[in-house]
Amino acid sequence: MKKDIIIAGVGGQGILSIATTIGMAALEMNLHLKQSEVHGMSQRGGDVVSNLRISDKEIFSDLIPFGKADMIISVEPMESLRYLPMLSENGWLITNSVPFKNISHYPEVEKVLTEVKKFKNHVLIDADGIAKDLGSVKSANIVILGAASPYLDIPLEVLTIAITKIFKNKGQEVIDLNLKALELGREFSLKQA
Amino acid sequence: MQKMLLLGDEAIALGAIDAGLSGVYAYPGTPSTEITEYIVSSKIAKEKGVKARWCANEKTAMEAAIGMSYAGKRTMVCMKHVGLNVAADGFINSSITGANGGLIVVVADDPSMHSSQNEQDSRFYGKFAMIPIFEPSSQQEAYNMVHYGFDISEKYRVPVMIRITTRLAHSRAGVGRMAEKEQNKLKLPADLKQFVLLPSIARKNFKRLLDNQEVFEKDAEISGFNKYVEGKDKSKGIIACGIAYNYLMENFQENGFPFPLLAIGQHPVPTNMLKKLYDECQEIYVFEDGYPLVEEMLKGSLNLGKPIHGRLDGTLTRDGELNPNKVAVALGLKDTIGQPIPAVVANRPPALCSGCPHTDSYLALNEVLKDYSKGRVFSDIGCYTLAALAPLEAINTCVDMGASITMAYGAADAGLVPAIAVIGDSTFTHSGITGLLDCVVHKANVKVFILDNFTTGMTGGQPSAAMGRIEAICSGVGVEPEHIRVIKPLAKNHEENMRIIREELAYDGPSVIIPRRECIITLDKRMREKFKNK
Ligand SMILES: Cc1ncc(C[n+]2csc(CCOP(=O)(O)OP(=O)(O)O)c2C)c(N)n1
Ligand code: SF4
Repeated sequence: MKKDIIIAGVGGQGILSIATTIGMAALEMNLHLKQSEVHGMSQRGGDVVSNLRISDKEIFSDLIPFGKADMIISVEPMESLRYLPMLSENGWLITNSVPFKNISHYPEVEKVLTEVKKFKNHVLIDADGIAKDLGSVKSANIVILGAASPYLDIPLEVLTIAITKIFKNKGQEVIDLNLKALELGREFSLKQA
Repeated sequence: MQKMLLLGDEAIALGAIDAGLSGVYAYPGTPSTEITEYIVSSKIAKEKGVKARWCANEKTAMEAAIGMSYAGKRTMVCMKHVGLNVAADGFINSSITGANGGLIVVVADDPSMHSSQNEQDSRFYGKFAMIPIFEPSSQQEAYNMVHYGFDISEKYRVPVMIRITTRLAHSRAGVGRMAEKEQNKLKLPADLKQFVLLPSIARKNFKRLLDNQEVFEKDAEISGFNKYVEGKDKSKGIIACGIAYNYLMENFQENGFPFPLLAIGQHPVPTNMLKKLYDECQEIYVFEDGYPLVEEMLKGSLNLGKPIHGRLDGTLTRDGELNPNKVAVALGLKDTIGQPIPAVVANRPPALCSGCPHTDSYLALNEVLKDYSKGRVFSDIGCYTLAALAPLEAINTCVDMGASITMAYGAADAGLVPAIAVIGDSTFTHSGITGLLDCVVHKANVKVFILDNFTTGMTGGQPSAAMGRIEAICSGVGVEPEHIRVIKPLAKNHEENMRIIREELAYDGPSVIIPRRECIITLDKRMREKFKNK
């Protein structure tokens, strides 16, 4: 088993929560893992990306080679497109549909979404909306993770364990909200498939 | 024991704690910051009484570490690559004093300049100082090298360098721990004159360092961090330093690696190993993330021998970080790429947070400066440097920490008056105070804005040594108290703030204006902590 995942977003959007959850799940499964992150300057509202690699064999490079990523998970639609050169031919593009507009020259949102839809394997999900309906806006990233989960080769139970462990200190209520967020994202994705 | 998922930075931190560290000294700087942050917040380190200190700058950190080494304890000093420029005096001279307690200098380079002014390669400093240098290729190796580094630092009484790059610093992987060691007891050097660098003693120490070069090389041959791997296909011989090894192997996972390979993790590189590779292969390829140190060494200026390929002959780009694709192309393998980035994607440069105090400071300054010719704002390094970009476009320079005040001083001498300096609170105590003293001594017409947001913002909000001390420092240095003005950068104070700035611009001499308001990110963090503790 081997999955190379690009996780994308804007500095401050907390993309690392997605990486951390998948990472925790990979540890549960005793897989090898390498996860490169962005710290520093770009965290001030610039584009940020994390390379997450999990495998049952030894992993060498911390960076995924161009054209070899199995999946892009993005918490922002325009950012999902920035990493298309990384994605493999049959890879999945899974992105939040809600734009994060911290620049004056942000393109027309429709044009961005059209580009996403051109991609044959894509999931475009209103994660913010779903999280808001759930009463937990902070869980949008977990909704997106849920949408990606059918294509991750990680059993749902293992992701559930990972989320439970990660939010352990925040109490049962927070755990339940995030498990629900995971489930809603997953359902959305499966319905499309 | 289960492996721990650690950043390269954290692996170094934990390695040091486990290897009997007594104190870490550092000034923050991407990508090195997380080493010291890990130790600062480590429960184990606290229980063991490890001193974890943010220092005023890299030089004071370096010297504190030399002091702890003098006292016989294991110590580490951490910085980003340009920090070593600041610490260079202490660093180079520490190779002459030698170490007593184990002394490791960790330097994190930033090829591709993700968050830096340049991409200088610290291995050249290590070579310059003639000390052993370690270049880990993985988080586990980084952890192990700290243990080994302390051991040989004490064995040969020499400081050692661990050099990492951004990619390893900020990438996570599983790390297994080794047995924990006790801290050293206080134990001064056997020769109490070891650290007295008077010429007569320094000459003796330097001879010892020179004599030890052979010993260091021998050590690098047997330590296990330099590996020679035999290969059947001798048409190419490959040298891979540090993390470049991973990019190389990434390209040979299916079919195995065919060529003889020298993987380098410790310098000085053993000549025997280099010679073996050179003798048995037709051409040599050198992969190193950074400047072509080994390549240059091997090639020499006359380049009379076998073909050596790498960054110098254009096989690889001369600048920028390596990656698996660059290595593949260099070796004539097939390149891979996905789809192009659609034209609709706009670039998204980093920017000041919305609500940042710096924005209000610049809005006032920009408006006041409309009455003057352009190009007179000398800035420094921090979040406030982002004002170089639109929409603020408020500053004209950013060179090195502290250079705002001193460059403004030089430009004022050249006739550009008034000259404006803009510097953050942490940068001011890092390297701004002496420059301000120059301005005072020479009564320069320089207006120094010290942007006090109570923190070291750019690197994630470490405490600032300037906290609560700025006015006292400025008046202590000799700025007239009536020309030290504090303003609160808020939209509602805009007119008032402009009035104060104009008053100081009218004065022909050094003034300090302190726009003071907390960084909203640290404010937010503080409020959440407070809420949590209630
Ligand atoms: C010699 C050196 N050390 C460290 C750094 C990394 N660095 C860049 S900006 C900065 C923080 C500046 O803090 P401050 O001056 O308070 O400004 P703020 O970011 O809070 O606005 C640091 C540590 C550097 N560029 N050069
Ligand atoms: S981190 Fe603080 S100082 Fe830096 S841009 Fe954001 S608000 Fe401003």
